[in-house]
Amino acid sequence: MADNPNHPEENDEPKAGTTRRGFLSQLTFAGAGLTLAPLLGAASTKGSEPVLAAAAAAEITTVSLTINGKKHLLSLDSRMTLLDVLREKLSLPGTKKGCDHGQCGACTVLVDGRRINSCLMLAGMCAGLEVTSIEGLANRDQLHPMQHAFLKHDGFQCGYCTPGQICSAIGLVKEGHAHTDAEIKELMSGNICRCGAYQNIVAAIKEVQNA
Amino acid sequence: MEPFKLIRVHDNQAAIRTALMAGSRFIAGGTNLIDLMKLHIETPKQVVDINKLPFSGIEELPDGGLRIGALVKNSDLAYHPVVIKKYPVLSEALLSGASPQLRNMASVGGNLMQRTRCPYFYNTDFACNKRNPGSGCAALTGYNRMNAVLGTSDHCIATHPSDMCVALAALDATIHVQGTKGSRLIPFGEFHRLPGQTPHVEHSLLPGELITHVDIPGMSYSYRSHYLKVRDRASYEFALTSAAVLLDIRGGRIQKADIALGGVGTKPWRAVPAEKVLNGASADLQTYRAAAEAALSQAKSYKDNAYKIELAKRTLVRALTTAAAIS
Repeated sequence: MADNPNHPEENDEPKAGTTRRGFLSQLTFAGAGLTLAPLLGAASTKGSEPVLAAAAAAEITTVSLTINGKKHLLSLDSRMTLLDVLREKLSLPGTKKGCDHGQCGACTVLVDGRRINSCLMLAGMCAGLEVTSIEGLANRDQLHPMQHAFLKHDGFQCGYCTPGQICSAIGLVKEGHAHTDAEIKELMSGNICRCGAYQNIVAAIKEVQNA
Repeated sequence: MEPFKLIRVHDNQAAIRTALMAGSRFIAGGTNLIDLMKLHIETPKQVVDINKLPFSGIEELPDGGLRIGALVKNSDLAYHPVVIKKYPVLSEALLSGASPQLRNMASVGGNLMQRTRCPYFYNTDFACNKRNPGSGCAALTGYNRMNAVLGTSDHCIATHPSDMCVALAALDATIHVQGTKGSRLIPFGEFHRLPGQTPHVEHSLLPGELITHVDIPGMSYSYRSHYLKVRDRASYEFALTSAAVLLDIRGGRIQKADIALGGVGTKPWRAVPAEKVLNGASADLQTYRAAAEAALSQAKSYKDNAYKIELAKRTLVRALTTAAAIS
């Protein structure tokens, strides 16, 4: 799986002293610097506080939760969603940000075993909960059966929706309400795939259901 | 999002006290509130997390009815064995709304408080009397294909988005709330408000009041019920039209009908004129068509949504036909 070109995250190994993610994060900082420079410059010429200080201060909240079997005690801006905490604070970028409004399912993770949209869940409300993201499914080198089935049935093309699809599919199997192809499709409707791998996703889910 | 203080409460009184502070909002599932906060449509100063309050149960009542805690997740209610057996209309309505992930998060109380999905409410570049009272209604002259045809005013034509609420309207649910002066009951039909001249006033809760549970009465015939939703795609979409119907049929005659419509009204729409046609009439297609005409007799369409009137009639006729065939 490490050399599977359909899994962008797998290409993160250092190459010539840099990584794709490291490079992207440097770009983000550079971009922010370009945007902020004129603002900060204007503020300093007036001798007042930087313009950005006018924004209301963040409220900090603390929360203790378990992510992929590991306990975390976090101090957070109360605005942070579970998705943002996973990606930005805990360096678990497997969970994807698609629409960020609960419409695409790319951010689906399992919370206490149930599938939810992590983009609409405040991290500060996850006290005591057990979160499982795509990074927490495999048992060391042993992939989760649903990950295996997605590979076997080619349940993806670009791979961006795949972590959410897999977490959602695991939730669906556990819920036990989908018995036909039509029911699987209906109960996977919260996960959008722009590559249109739907038929193969259904095949992968059926394989796990019948295992 | 604007910064806010996240306050976790562990008892009702603390919840109510905190909610009385200016700029407070309760949060349960958060599927609607967080979305609106990201868009700066909701900008609470305090977000009061009520998930630790003891309202997560579903219990059968002595009269055969059901008491549903305000914090019960939409998915847990939809798949509850008693709901599936005795109130299929409610289970079907819940399962036709949102996605499995959202239903695992969304609460019954939050669903009651769900705000409109009118695109002009969601887009802060446009005038909206709900979002910004007195600013006008861009939907009146805009692209109003998704907007309401019943209960509208010159100030707002936004539909109520909930499926669950349409079923609860037909089921004559009662909403239990707690506030600073104790508990009170709100009949379902009085909970949501018509827009009139104050579209930003959407419900009958007093400041600080907390929804604790919802009761639905025991009904001998509620097994013969159905929710039909018509939408632009097969799943995961709001209703263009929908109908929740319950029929008590004995010897081919309708003893009692309970009818509500969704996707067409500015609130979950109890179709009393349709019930008047159905009650005492013969259970046949001719009656259903007459009931559908009555249900939409007061409808008023706008530039792009005249189709909803005919679609709603056909939706109701189909729902009645399906429900009548249940034995």
